[in-house]
This record gives sequence, C-alpha cells and structure tokens, in this order.
Amino acid sequence: MKAFLILEDGHVFTGTSIGSTREAVSEIVFNTSMTGYLEVMTDPSYAGQAVCMTYPLIGNYGICYEDQESRKPWVEGFIVRELSRTPSNFRSEDNIWNFLKKNDIPGIAGIDTRALTRRLREKGAMNGMITVNENYRLEEILPRLKAYTTGQVVEKVTCQEKRVLPGQGKKVAFLDLGAKTNIVRSLQERGCQVTIYPAFASAKEILDDCPDGIMLSNGPGNPKECGSIIQEIKKLYDSDVPIFAICLGHQLMALATGADTKKMKYGHRGGNHPVKDLKTGRVYISSQNHGYMVDGDTLDPKVAVPAFLNVNDQTNEGLSYVGKKIFTVQFHPEACPGPEDSAGLFDRFIEMMGGEE
Amino acid sequence: MPKNPEIKKTLVLGSGPIVIGQAAEFDYAGTQACRSLKEEGVEVVLLNSNPATIMTDKDIADWVYIEPLTIEVVEQLILKEKPDSVLPTLGGQAGLNLAMELAEKGFLKEHNVRLIGATPETIKKAEDRLEFKRTMEKIGEPIAPSLVVETVQDGVNFTNAIGYPVVLRPAYTLGGSGGGIANNERELRDILENGLRLSRVGQVLVERCIAGWKEIEYEVMRDSLGNCITVCNMENIDPVGVHTGDSIVVAPSQTLGDKEYQMLRTSALNIISELNITGGCNVQYALKPDSFEYCVIEVNPRVSRSSALASKATGYPIAKVAAKIALGYTLDEIPNAITGKTYASFEPMLDYCVVKIPRLPFDKFISAEHALTTQMKATGEVMSICDNFEGALMKAIRSLERNVDSLMSYDFADLTEEELREKLKEVDDRRIWVIAEALRKGIPQEDIWQATKIDLWFIDKLAILVEMEQALKDGPLTEDLLREAKRMEFPDYVIGNLTGMTEQQVKDMRLSYGITAVYKMVDTCAAEFAAATPYYYSVYGGENEACGSRDKKKVLVLGSGPIRIGQGIEFDFCSVHCTWAFAKEGYETVIINNNPETVSTDFDIADKLYFEPLTPEDVENVVNIEKPDGAVVQFGGQTAIKLTEALMKMGVKILGTSAENVDAAEDRELFDKILEQCQIPRPQGQTVFTAEEAKAAANQLGYPVLVRPSYVLGGQGMQIAINDQDVEQYIGIINQIAQEHPILVDKYLVGKEIEVDAVCDGEDILIPGIMEHIERAGIHSGDSISVYPAQTISEKAKATIEEYTRRLAKSLHVVGMINIQFIVCQEEVYVIEVNPRSSRTVPYISKVTGIPIVPLATKVILGKKLKDLGYTPGLQPEAKYFAIKMPVFSFEKIRGADISLGPEMKSTGECLGIAETFNEALYKAFLGAGVKLPRHNNMIITVKDGDKEEAVDIARRFEALGYKIFATRRTAKALKENGIKVIRTNKLEQPSPNLLDLILGHKIDLIIDTPSPGVERAHDGFLIRRYAVETGVNVLTSLDTARALVTSLENTDLRRLTLVDIATIDGK
Repeated sequence: MKAFLILEDGHVFTGTSIGSTREAVSEIVFNTSMTGYLEVMTDPSYAGQAVCMTYPLIGNYGICYEDQESRKPWVEGFIVRELSRTPSNFRSEDNIWNFLKKNDIPGIAGIDTRALTRRLREKGAMNGMITVNENYRLEEILPRLKAYTTGQVVEKVTCQEKRVLPGQGKKVAFLDLGAKTNIVRSLQERGCQVTIYPAFASAKEILDDCPDGIMLSNGPGNPKECGSIIQEIKKLYDSDVPIFAICLGHQLMALATGADTKKMKYGHRGGNHPVKDLKTGRVYISSQNHGYMVDGDTLDPKVAVPAFLNVNDQTNEGLSYVGKKIFTVQFHPEACPGPEDSAGLFDRFIEMMGGEE
Repeated sequence: MPKNPEIKKTLVLGSGPIVIGQAAEFDYAGTQACRSLKEEGVEVVLLNSNPATIMTDKDIADWVYIEPLTIEVVEQLILKEKPDSVLPTLGGQAGLNLAMELAEKGFLKEHNVRLIGATPETIKKAEDRLEFKRTMEKIGEPIAPSLVVETVQDGVNFTNAIGYPVVLRPAYTLGGSGGGIANNERELRDILENGLRLSRVGQVLVERCIAGWKEIEYEVMRDSLGNCITVCNMENIDPVGVHTGDSIVVAPSQTLGDKEYQMLRTSALNIISELNITGGCNVQYALKPDSFEYCVIEVNPRVSRSSALASKATGYPIAKVAAKIALGYTLDEIPNAITGKTYASFEPMLDYCVVKIPRLPFDKFISAEHALTTQMKATGEVMSICDNFEGALMKAIRSLERNVDSLMSYDFADLTEEELREKLKEVDDRRIWVIAEALRKGIPQEDIWQATKIDLWFIDKLAILVEMEQALKDGPLTEDLLREAKRMEFPDYVIGNLTGMTEQQVKDMRLSYGITAVYKMVDTCAAEFAAATPYYYSVYGGENEACGSRDKKKVLVLGSGPIRIGQGIEFDFCSVHCTWAFAKEGYETVIINNNPETVSTDFDIADKLYFEPLTPEDVENVVNIEKPDGAVVQFGGQTAIKLTEALMKMGVKILGTSAENVDAAEDRELFDKILEQCQIPRPQGQTVFTAEEAKAAANQLGYPVLVRPSYVLGGQGMQIAINDQDVEQYIGIINQIAQEHPILVDKYLVGKEIEVDAVCDGEDILIPGIMEHIERAGIHSGDSISVYPAQTISEKAKATIEEYTRRLAKSLHVVGMINIQFIVCQEEVYVIEVNPRSSRTVPYISKVTGIPIVPLATKVILGKKLKDLGYTPGLQPEAKYFAIKMPVFSFEKIRGADISLGPEMKSTGECLGIAETFNEALYKAFLGAGVKLPRHNNMIITVKDGDKEEAVDIARRFEALGYKIFATRRTAKALKENGIKVIRTNKLEQPSPNLLDLILGHKIDLIIDTPSPGVERAHDGFLIRRYAVETGVNVLTSLDTARALVTSLENTDLRRLTLVDIATIDGK
C-alpha cells in the first residue's frame, strides 16, 4: 500500500506503508545510528516524534525484545529507506513490520531518506504526517501540521507508580521522566538499590526516602513544558543530595537553577557525537538524542559551569554545579543504542555518593 | 595538543614493490601522509623501492630515494639525510618490520631519531604472537586457544591436545603468507614447515579453527591523549577461513545488532588503548553466529588494506589523520576535510552500503588452485557504493572487468542439484554465482547456509537478485519492474537479455519513464552536516545532489579500475598526474574510478570523484550529469581505452589521440597498412579465427610462433608455440577468455627487446629514453628486467628506433602518449607492439630521466607544442644514472601457478635499482626484489638442451663466486665436460636423494631452471619450480636473468651503496 509523508513545508514523499495504516501527525526527526533501531523506537524521548533512520537498510537483525529500552515503542511514526525482508540474527524474534503493526505505529518505507534528512537539516526540524490516504488535501493538512506540538508529553511516558528495585549498594532515587531502561540497568550493575519515581513525584516524597543520590532521567519534549517538575527539581537541588542527570534531566536542572534552554535547528540524534570532558581534555564518542539544549550563554558561572562540550558545534553537553555534588550531561552514557565510551560517568556518580560500600 | 615542534624532518618508509598482500593501498596511504606532513611544514624524506608509486614523486616528498628497503639502506639514509624521526606505519608490513629491526638494534636511539606513529613496544605487542596473546589475556579479550611454535613437532603436539582443524599463521609475514588451515597431521606438517621458513622470526601460531564464524573488522584511531574513535566496521560475507583480502566485504556490518556492534567496538577501543597505539589500527574479529562469543583474530598497528577501504567507504582520511596524530595533534584538533565543520574525533555514519570484491589472478594463472584460504591471493579489489546491498553488489561485480555483469555471468546451469550441493562446499571466487544457481534450482536457503556458513541475510539478498532475474524473464516489463530492476543496478544490457530486448530498447524505455541515475554524496555524516567535498555514487530513485557546474572547462579522466596483473598502480600514477596537470591548466577535473586502494580515488585529487564502475552505461550516466568538454582515455590503461568508442557515441570529445587512431593501433589489418606505409618491418604474421587457420598460418610462417588475441592486456592469453599441438591448446585457452576478437599468429623472433614511451604533439615527438630488456624477446615486457639507458644496441639501431617512433606517432596522429615495443635482431629493428596510450614504464622512465612525461603529454593534448614547453624534440640525451626496473612476483601466494616466464605477464609489481654504474644499479634492483645473495652458497642448475652451452659460462662464474653447483644428469654432464665442478643429483622421479630433498633441505640459494618452450611437458620442471618458490628459494627461468644476477654479484661491494635522491634529477 502506498503511504505519504507530508511535511509542514508542503513537501510530500511517496513510499510504501509499513506497520499500522493509522494517520499520525508528529515532529519529524532523523537519527544517524546505523544499528539500534529497536532501542530508538522504544526510547520514550521520541514520544511525539516520527523518526527517520538515515541508514538505509533497517530491520536486518530483526527484533530482539530484550533490547527494548522501555516497555513499548514510543515513536509516533517510523521512516526508512528499505525494510529487510529476511531478518537474520540468532536472537531475532520478530520483524519490524509486525512490531509496528502490533503497537499500532504507522511507518513509511521506500522514500529517499537522505533527501528528507537534507531537508530537515536545511530547514530545521519540521512537523509532518504519515498517511495512506491518497486523497490528502494539503490546504487542510498543512495548518494542522503547523499547529502541532509535542505538548506535555512527559506525563504520557513516565511510570504510574513508585517502584523499588532490590540492590545492596547505594540507594538511588530515580526520577522517571521517560527513562531508558539501560540507565536503571547501569545503576543496578553497580549494585545500587534503585527506587523509581513517577515524573510528578514531589521533592519531599523523594527526599523523605533518604536516598544516597538522585538520578534524573532522559525524557521527551520541550523542557519548558515541565513547569511543575522544574519546581520540584529546584528543591532537590537545594537538598545537597548528590544528583546525576541525563538529557531532559540535565535541561530541567539548568532551568531550575536559572539558566535557559532553546530549541536546536534539527537536534543531535545518533551515536557518533564527540563530547569533550573539559576537565581532562578527553573526547568521548557519545550516544545522543535531543532537540533542545541548555543555552551556554545563560549560565551563571556561580551556579554551574560547562563540563562537556560538543566538539562539532561547540554546544553545551554537560554541567558541573558549583559547590554542589551535582553533574548533568546532555548525552547518553547509558548508550543503547550507541557507544559505551562514557559509561564511566555512572561510576563517577557512585563515587560522588561516597563510593562502593 | 598541538604539533610537536621537535619534529621537523621525517623519514617515511614505503612498502616496496606491489606483491599480493601489499599493494597500492600503501601508495595511497603514503601519499596522503606525505601531503599531510608537508601541510604541517615538516620536511619529508621518502624511501620506497617502487618507482610506479605516486609517493615517490618529487611533488610529494622533499627527498626521494627509490632504493632497496633493507636495513643497511635505511641506516645509510638516516646518516645521510639526518631526519629527526621515522614514520613506519604507512609502509605496510615492510615498513613496520624495518622499523622494528632498527629499533631493536639500537640504531635509532644511537642517532637520536625517534619513531613516530608507533613505538617498538606497540609493534611488538601487536605483531609478536606470544606478546599479543599475553596482552589480550591481560585485558580479558578472548582469543582462540593457540600456541606459538618454533618447531613442527611442538605444533603437532599442541594440535593433538586441542584437536583438528587448526589455523596456522606465521609471525611477521604479509597477506597471511605461508599460513593455512590444517585438517590432519599431514597438512599440518606441510603448512607448518613452510610457515616456519617464511616467518622472519621462525614462529608460527597454531590456533583453534574458528572457520565459519562471522568475520568482522573495525578500523580504529587513537591519539596520544587516549581519545579513540572507530572509523568504520566491516563484515566479511565469506565467514572466517577466507583471508579478508580475498573476501567479499560489506560496510558497515549488516547482520550485527547494536549489542554485538557495540560489544566489538568497545573491545576494539580497549585493544588500541592497551597497545598504546597513536594512529590507525585494524582489529579483526571472529563472531560466533549463534551467541555473543567472539575472538580477536588479529590486530594491525598501522594503516592497511582495510583502512584504505574504510577511508574510501566513509570519506574519513585515515592515513592523513594518522600522520597528524604522529606529529602530536589530537583528534579533536584535526578538522574533517569533507564537512569542514566537524573534527576527526567524530565517527563516520554511512547512509549507504559499500561492497568490496577482490580481483583474483586466476585469469592469469590458469593452472592455479582457485580455492580461497587464509592465504591471500587477490591482486586488487573493487568497491562500490549504493543505497541498497543488491545494487552495491551488482555494481561491484561489473567493476571487476572480468566479463561479468550479473549473477548469471558464470554459468553453472548444467550442474544437477546434487552437483551444486557439492560445489557449494568449494570456497572459491565464483561461490556467489554457485549460490545463485543453487537458489535458481530451488535449494533451500537454509541448506546453502549450512554448506557455506554465509549469513542467511546475504543469501536472501542473492535470492532477491535471482527473483528479479526471473521476474524480468517472465515479464511483462512494466515501469515498476524496470524501476525496481534499476534500483538493484541491473545494467540495461542484462535487462535486455532477460526480456528479449536490445540494450538500446531498454534504455529508451527507461528514459521514457524518467528512470535515470542520480548521485548522492559521501559525506561521513549521513547528511547531518553540509559537506564540502564532491565525492559521489549513483543510485536509482531519489534526489540528485551532483550538479554539473559550468564555470570552467571540464575534463573527464577515466581511471584504470582494479589492480590486476598487467594493469597495475602505474596507471593510477598516470591518471593522477594527468588530473593534476589539467587542474594546473585551469580545467575542472572529474575522475571516475572504482578502486579503493588508489590515490586517484582520494576525494581531494580531482574536483569531483565519481566512485562508479567503468562500463559504458555507468560512464554515460556521469557524462549526462557532468557534460564534460572532453575525456582523456590514454592514461587509464586498457580499461579506459576500451571506453573510447562508447564515449564517442555519447558525444564526448576524446582529448588527444582520436578514437579511430586508437583503433588503428589495435586492429591488426589497419595497423599492418600503417606499418607498410611507414616502411617499418614487423615479424611476419597473420590474423585468424580458428585453430585450423592458426595451424595453417603457423606452418606457413614456420615455428616457433607467437599466438595471442588482438586487444591484449598484459599479454593475456599469449604464448609461444613450437608445434601444431601447442597451437591447438592455446587457441582453446584463449577462447575461454575472450572470443570477440580475432587471434594473431606471428613469427617469433629471438632478439633484443626494446621499449620506448614517447610524447607526440602531432608534429614532434619526445622520447625520454630507450629501455632495453635483459631477457630476450619472448618474455613479456612487464616481466623482463628493463635497463635504461639501453646498453647493447648500436647507435644506428637507436637512431632507427627514434625514426620509427616518429613515423608511427605521426601516421597514427598521436597526440599525447605512445608506447612502442621493438625487437632488434641482427641490427634490424622490428615493431612488435604499439599502444597509443600511457604504459607501465611511464612512471619509471619519468623518474629516472626527470622528465615529467604525463604532465607534458597532458599539455600537448591541450594543444601545446613540445618546442614551446622547453624541450628539444627527439630522443633526449641519456641521464647520468643507470636505472633498472626489476619485476617482482608473488608466486609463493598462488598455489599451483607455473612460475616460468613467457609472453604472458605474471609479475605483480616492480622495484628500481638506480646508480651511477650499471652493476650497482643491477645489484640494487635484485636487492630491492628481495634477492639477497649469497647465503648458503649452494645452487641447482637444470637447463634445457639448447641452453647447455650458454649455461656453462654462467655456472663458471657462479663457481668462481664460491657456489657449490648441483645439476641434473645432462646439465651436469655438460658442465663437467667444461671443467666445472658439479654434483650430479637425481631428478624428481628418481630415487632419493633427489632434487626435492635438496630443496627441502633449506640450503639452496638459487635454482636456474629453463623450461622447454611450448607447453610445459616436463611436469618435473613445474614441480621443482613450485617447491622452490614455496620454500623461498630464488628461481630463475631465463639464462639472461641468471647472467644479470651473477654480474651483479661479481661487481658490487655490498657495504657501499650510493644513495640517489631522484628529486635532484631534472630532465630539462
């Protein structure tokens, strides 16, 4: 069946429908990772977005359910050049088409994904629609696309109730803003006892549990939509409990402490971005997925100083909070997908909490 | 970290002659590195014995020494030029081995010279099997159970403990030389004995066989601060068991999930960090297909063939970055030249699929075993890029130039299902065609996987191609089907064959639907950033990114495709220099080529690079976009010449010699007419089509005769026949390879073979020099030792040669290059071959005469006159140096190949000896080719009857040098009668001790064995030569070569070589 990807600028790509035939409006973004499509689809940070994979051959190794980064896929749509007809991998349990279908996610294959990527790169992130309706009417659709925002999407993806995961080591309070599983797994591998809180948990509730440290997770959407969460995070900041934050958590901590965030032209999504640790001069290749960033110019050097910088575009990739045991990063040390080079940051967090017991 | 200010003058070691396992990729790497060093203001001293390389140009380095790559030469050079550092990681294994030796001897320390790019500790940890194993164990990286052995018995004992099969890998050898898989004790003993001999340190690794696992490679970079990145990973379609150089390789990996990809990536970074490598490194893995278990197979702490492939596959210039790292820069300080926005500390992301296919030399070595093993056999490779795997594979197939254009090109349709199932177990260069046929016959994919262990994903891709063949056959050819077939890169010609249409009809239909190729950019970043460097590949469907700019005049330069015997790196040298010359003249330059190992496919050589097959259809697609003002075909070897007619049809102007005149030189009848007009004699001959006609012609001319196809490349299919039986056999062989063109039967003249390259501007000619072959006519010019200036022909003959060259160039209306081969027989000069194009000897003669022939020819092509370019036309005065080009062979790598020399070219590369005296030049040439004598002072002579008289003098001279001579019965008798002390030995079929025992005793320096002409009847001789080559004994099959060798041994004081900086030679 034919499918169409209609962009906010009126450009239409024609391809083949994959997965669900539901019509979906979302923000269209691209990811340059060559592997890890399942991790991408199940990363809650993509809620409200349709992802275009720039690597043209997708689905080669099928679906290995244990690689999911959350309980289900969150992408609003999936855009590929070519879907593999025969996945081949010893762990493969399913194929992408079925996976999309089961989860009612529409997709489109057979379009020039490079042309789409170039368009997004030149014009900036755009909204779009995937539809199988051949009689679409642009004049009706385009205003809808322009009006679309991802909105308060964190509430959609966060967990519903607090959960305690067993562990012998440090007690970590984990604020789930739309977390990837591997963050928690990384903490558990280091022996931590992790308590997961829904995004709207109050600072008091968290602090009353007396954690050794607090971890703020990644998550979707515009950080400025998270007003009430930001207020609670400010309280956590004031608490003196060590805090480590990733991605959305990093942005929210910055907003909570007076800095500003801004939307990037087309964001960073992929597994190849170099980030420089400003303290050591070392450069790590990182996994990234963000469309917003902390505006480095708005930092109050008395509150937070840059800790990591993106070598490519010199954007801020991490902050160290002055006089606080708090550090936050924009990139994803938990990888999945992507390089594991910065996994050592979890160890740094453990040390900050007083080291292994 | 900024550049280390203490590094001001660096010695760069090249890799020497092209041999199997060490090819053009090191010219590419070395050239890129030298340019990178010079960019940083570092002065470069270059040492490489290979004159056909671009890196040995005076534009590339400041001091250029084309000298043998021996420890003595390097030491002498360091004393002479006083570099403060040596960069050894760009010259392949040869460079690395030299550096190791220098460091171990303490020479570098003593003279305060630092090794940059790699430390001796690093090299040792990566290259020494035992050290490597210890290092891997230390950081917990798994390797297959293995033991380094120094004796055969230890190997047998260990294998008995871990079980067969085992893989054997000699330490410090090239391309897996001397290695292999042993399935039983007999094989183990065989391979092990050979491997121990070939290893520089007498060590062989015996290892658990992990054949059938996925073979995955990672290219990693690291700087002195410890920052690491992976440039690319690659997956071999052929699982472990086939040398990666002989495997079909795809980038990036296709069947690995992110978990496996990152697991191996992290491992590769751990390894490069532990080895403390600063620069590039290649790590090879075996990954078990049904678990996460993996083994590290090998680490190369240097740039390699794989890194050249990775550079071209991603656009990330590994050698350039490695050179900058060697100077002290860190990855985040080195800009990415493609994007201009990002830095070298960034991992390339591909949004396309790359396929590499090796070019194997079995068309040259018809008798050789086709089996692919852990010992590399390929002479070169092709690469293709497409947005789908099927398309990339189809493009790569037709880039091979082996008359293959689809999965139907090798026909196994006659085989039954049972036979096919058997055939699937054979691992050779036609395996994918066998699989395709198996799929056509309905053999289940699962069964094919069982037999081959090729991942099902790849088998299914072949199945998709086979299904497309069937769909096209079934018809009807709808727009959608045609679109889909083109997306998979089916050529119009193949679609035509399958649908019963002509190629033109398919093309017309395609155009009527608007199905045309578009071009995408290789940008290292999957379009995330705007790229500045136009490096393109074609796909069908989608947006076109290449625009035909029209600001200046534009020239299309056609490259020479994969490196193969007969068409080597020399043509890349010519293409690159031509491109540079056009750029200097204000032209916009566009290159089309498909060889990832070469300089010409570096993205900053031409203004635009199209990485595409060199077929008329693919070239036309580029022409349609670029609309060049003209094309040059005379620098890209036969590959480019073959495209002349097609280009004319596309309406592209051929710059230089016109197409009709190219044809006139190749078409025997037209050519005969021209010779007649010019009153130039050539050996009598006839043009025939069948074996019967050939025999009639041969009898009329009188045997011996030379039989060959017209349109030859490197003497392909050419042989000397001494009777009717020979003729019949040869015609049979020739017909297997090329059938379209007639066959030539010529009288075979025994005389001196002479070669000239000349530039003609339509009026005047310029001959830089006359080259003479040491071996008499009958041995392919590419396999002969070539001497400049010619030594033994008279001034009168030289004048005749000059005159004939002038006449021929003028009557063929040559504008640009011409190459002519002559035979001088009793003062009579005959023409035997004319090529209206650049030749194999162009780089060599350019360098030793100091006359930049290619730029001159390019200027001439653009209408300039030789006289106006500051040259006096005619034969140029002789240079003050003697320069000897020595062929280098790779026979030890090709099991079953006959090493005897004849009219069919067999050498893979060449080296140069240059000196003020003939003898020193000759000595250097032999030394450069690895002939380092004497060692044991024992030799064997066994010559055919006709050679016995001549052999006496040679034997006497070897005897005078202290050689003990062994000879077979009749040779021994002849020598004895002439008063030479000789030990008679039994032939192979006679009882022990016989020749074979002598050879396997490892005490023989040299064998002189002249085979009888014609078909090799004496199987005996063949076996002797094979055994000798495989055990590393020097074998000479021509008395002329033997005489040259003894002359060089008699006359040179080994200690005092005079090193010549060829950058000082100026031909003006």
